[in-house]
Amino acid sequence: MPQEKITLDPDKWIDNYADYLFNYAVVRVNDGDLSKDLVQETFFAGLKSAKNFQGKASERTWLISILKRKVIDHYRKINSKKGQAEVRMSFYDDGENEGSWIEERVPQSWDNASEKEIENQELKKQLETCINNLPEKYALVFRMKTIQEFETEEICKELDITASNLWVIIHRARTQLRKCMEDNWFNN
Amino acid sequence: MLKKLQITCNQATTICDKSQYKEASFFEKLKLTLHFLGCKICRLYTRQNNRMSGLYKDKSIACKNKINYLSQTDKEVLKQQVKEFKE
Repeated sequence: MPQEKITLDPDKWIDNYADYLFNYAVVRVNDGDLSKDLVQETFFAGLKSAKNFQGKASERTWLISILKRKVIDHYRKINSKKGQAEVRMSFYDDGENEGSWIEERVPQSWDNASEKEIENQELKKQLETCINNLPEKYALVFRMKTIQEFETEEICKELDITASNLWVIIHRARTQLRKCMEDNWFNN
Repeated sequence: MLKKLQITCNQATTICDKSQYKEASFFEKLKLTLHFLGCKICRLYTRQNNRMSGLYKDKSIACKNKINYLSQTDKEVLKQQVKEFKE
């Protein structure tokens, strides 16, 4: 028996899918206002390309595929030269010391060694501040990998980056976060 | 052979980061272990990195339990915008 073809019903999109799309976007970009914009753009793009909908996937799957493109576009935008801010390097990147720690970035022993740190609201706040201080593309990849615990392959696919690129970003983000927490919490 | 096992601090800490997600290969972990024999800075980085992973995990649990919704007002605005776009 042939499968019934799915048709679009744009009048019900917001009631049926807006929350799902919004949550999908927030999980990735961690910004409520930006997520609202991405959801709005997704609906507009859906309306524009409704005639191309073949009815093979569900409406929700089709809208998510549009939103995924919007997230990639956002990542490319923040990764473009114009908007690019880099983290401070922790290692020499050339010369005879290439790959060695830069003196002022060498990890120091931590004074504040409370074992109850996980319960500490102030510490959580400081950690969030440090993550927010990362350049946007580093924060985005770091959050997807570490906080939302996405698989490496999934992030690479969603953001159209290579695995080695991902690990460079994760490494730089983590060294920067370690230093930020050292300066502002553990040795403050 | 020994040359192949030698890595820089940058490479060692990258492997350390990968292993936080259980994604470092056996060969990478071997190189990291050998690097640790002569580098106390990277050993310290690893200890601190493990501790940071505990903080990230705690944050991860809190974030993953949270579902984000649009407010009713946002939905009404969105409906209006979509309506105008259609016209």
